[in-house]
Amino acid sequence: MENNRIIELQNISIALGGEQILKDLNLYINDKEFITLLGPSGCGKTTTLRIIAGFLAPDAGKVIFSGRDVTNVPPHKRQVNTIFQRYALFPHLNVFENIAFGLRVQKQKEAEIRETVTQMLALVNLKGFEKRNIQSLSGGQQQRVAIARALAVKPRVLLLDEPLGALDLKLRKDMQVELKNIQQRLGITFIYVTHDQEEALSMSDTIVVMDGGVIQQVGAPIDIYNEPKNAFVADFIGESNILDGVMREDLAAEFAGHRFECLDKGFAQNEPVDVVIRPEDVDVVPVEKGMICGDVTSVTFKGVHFEIIVDVDGFKWMIQTTDYVAPGAHIGIYIEPDAIHIMKKSKYSGLYGDYSTFSDEIEMLSDVNYEKEGDEDEP
Amino acid sequence: MKVLSRIYNFLVFGFLYAPILVMIVYSFNATKSRTQFGGFSFRWYTELFQDQVILKSLYISLAVAALSAIIATLIGTLASVGIHAMRGAKRRAYLAVNNIPVTNPDIVTAISMMILFVFFVTRMNGMEMGFGTLLISHITFNIPYVVLSVLPKLRGLNENIFEAAQDLGCPPAKSFLKVVVPQISQGIVTGFIMAFTLSLDDFVISYFNSGSTAQTLPVTIYSMTKRPYSPKINALSTLLFVAVMILLVIVNLRRSGENKKEANH
Amino acid sequence: MNRNSLTKRLVTAPYTFWMLIFVVVPIALVVYYALTDANGRFTMENIMAIVDYKKTFGVSVELALISTAICLLLAYPLAYTISRMKAHRQSTMVMLVMLPMWMNFLIRTYAWMTILENNGLINRFVRMLGGEGFRMINTNGAVVLGMVYNFLPYMILPIYTVLTKIEQSTIEAAQDLGANRAQVFRRILFPMSVPGIISGITMVFVPAVSTFVISKLLGGGKTFLIGDIIENYFLGNTGTVNYNIGASLSLVLMILILLSMAVMNHFDKDETSGGML
Repeated sequence: MENNRIIELQNISIALGGEQILKDLNLYINDKEFITLLGPSGCGKTTTLRIIAGFLAPDAGKVIFSGRDVTNVPPHKRQVNTIFQRYALFPHLNVFENIAFGLRVQKQKEAEIRETVTQMLALVNLKGFEKRNIQSLSGGQQQRVAIARALAVKPRVLLLDEPLGALDLKLRKDMQVELKNIQQRLGITFIYVTHDQEEALSMSDTIVVMDGGVIQQVGAPIDIYNEPKNAFVADFIGESNILDGVMREDLAAEFAGHRFECLDKGFAQNEPVDVVIRPEDVDVVPVEKGMICGDVTSVTFKGVHFEIIVDVDGFKWMIQTTDYVAPGAHIGIYIEPDAIHIMKKSKYSGLYGDYSTFSDEIEMLSDVNYEKEGDEDEP
Repeated sequence: MKVLSRIYNFLVFGFLYAPILVMIVYSFNATKSRTQFGGFSFRWYTELFQDQVILKSLYISLAVAALSAIIATLIGTLASVGIHAMRGAKRRAYLAVNNIPVTNPDIVTAISMMILFVFFVTRMNGMEMGFGTLLISHITFNIPYVVLSVLPKLRGLNENIFEAAQDLGCPPAKSFLKVVVPQISQGIVTGFIMAFTLSLDDFVISYFNSGSTAQTLPVTIYSMTKRPYSPKINALSTLLFVAVMILLVIVNLRRSGENKKEANH
Repeated sequence: MNRNSLTKRLVTAPYTFWMLIFVVVPIALVVYYALTDANGRFTMENIMAIVDYKKTFGVSVELALISTAICLLLAYPLAYTISRMKAHRQSTMVMLVMLPMWMNFLIRTYAWMTILENNGLINRFVRMLGGEGFRMINTNGAVVLGMVYNFLPYMILPIYTVLTKIEQSTIEAAQDLGANRAQVFRRILFPMSVPGIISGITMVFVPAVSTFVISKLLGGGKTFLIGDIIENYFLGNTGTVNYNIGASLSLVLMILILLSMAVMNHFDKDETSGGML
């Protein structure tokens, strides 16, 4: 495993404009993996990326690149390349010259350059675009040129800073697949920064969830989703009902006024915990079969399923079900032991409650804020 | 209303161009009279080109304009990059100092530098006011205009392209030349042209800082106005006017050509 | 730490050095000379000497204000009509406004000497019609004319710049809401063009109040402006040269202009300036 590490960040701390952005951050990145730094704006993900690229020097800590300390190596001497948020293509050069830029800096032979550029254009499906002007390209095409430009210099690690943020939804989905393909075909390491959890889940081998300049959890997408370490991760990744509970003993947790069987153990007896239950893991059953009961307060049709909000003694659960339930109905709720995930209490406990204020609109609004603040994320 | 505004425009433009027209007509006057037109001739143009004082001052004007514009463009462009990165009080202080020569009356700028030159240069090693002091004073009032035309271009620049170039293996200084300069070249060229023309056009600052050895064309013209009337000035003015017109036409043609090129994409 | 901060400090070094020595130090020297006598001792005498020149200051400010007002009145209608023309005609007109500016102002002023002279074109024309010629050159009126002529484009261009930014639909909306011509001007056009008017006024007033060439050429030594006095103290005959009084007059002129600009900026609350650049 050791030899496999291409990048190590050791005890990285940095303050920008008087604000502590990263606090004693440690991270190992394996060769050839697709790793995503995920978190809300201001969590330090872009700063981490810029430290790896060399645009920022940490106040403390080391950056190791294939076993060599590169903390003080300037960006132009590092074997990593970046896809910038707004592409940062050179507007005065055409597509060919943009992609050839790094090769010309290396003083490669004209024939070699021509061959590499042609290869790269084929890789990103832009054959025949050599002579095109940058301004004449669509957002998606510019994105492809940016990828080709970075890959042309054959980096060992590609850094991507919210590369799909400016594209519309459909194009974004297509590019996600394409990026993943390129990564697998070339077998190089991708370090991807995003605030979009769906994007992170679908593309990554490893996800690093960050908040407040601190890594909250590192793991495979499935593990992060199924076994979030704390309330922040549980809330940030997917939808979740997060309840206050008490661990009565191994394999038994009490919450919502009921004792549930679960698969978790190793907690102290009667330890207060946070309990996570994903909306899709809750079964709607007749009242007499329910472990707990509640009233349906709203029903939203989502295509594949209904999203219903159920009031159980004042706590609003979100449940995704394929069977229609009428608003106002009194229903029973059944939860399988493996649907329950128990987490230790953290500083995030109690911050994420139920779905009483939930609406799609609010969700959208906060998304917009992310994108705006995302810009300030980069100093 | 339309007719009225046309007449009005015509009158104002008439006011602006009448004196120029009068000069052009009298530059071809065969006699020395200021008022009587004594027939068409090129007499004053021939005399103009034999006047060594005028030719020398024209040469000095062009030399000081070119040199001061080049130096001011270099200093000003580099400074803009630095000022662009500044924030808060430091940035405000720099911009305030930058504005001093722009807002101060020319005569104040002129005498303040003259005092400096007299205070240091002439007092310390007996140097004379001359081309050196002239050049320094021109660079000084040119620099702020370069900064003012380059700064807005930097504001419109995607900051990341400088980093992108370094990211692709280009050292910082070379990255600046290869990707930032082409992006702000319009501002640099505008700054250079402004510096050049302001320098060429300046009278007040040159008048106080050139001494007797390095008179620019405007200074020479000024001394000619004090002497008995000579239609040579008319001939000179006509030539300058024609030169400026040709220059403007070329610039405009180029600009519309560029617009067309952009529209084609 | 941002990696480029050191380079950024280095690139401003020549500028900082230059501006410090050739802009800041000279201004400090003006203050120093204004407050000392020929032997370098502190004195308020130079500043007090200004009292002797209060009439000159008065005339300078008066003529500059009159010229500025005339420029404003002449420029606004022209700027407005240009701003409502079709785009390609606009650029031609702007070029026509700028073209005379490209001629050196000495030459333009000199041209007026020819026209205004006692035996000049106007008087000849008047006499031809049987009238009696009148004295125009070497009067305050001639000086004002010279100022207006030289600085009129500086008023037209900034006003034109702000007026082009006002969309026709804004004016139409006002008309639609029942505003007549006068009301459109008073409530829409004028308030929206204030930034342009302000920079126009500064760009005319500052050179007008500090000129010495126009008064010399068209005032013929009869009209003495503050610029003439300053020039005389620095470049006059050996007997009259006095840097100390010259510096104090310049200092007062500078303060006068700074004050009037501060007052002007007070009117321009938006801080949006419609400069010509």
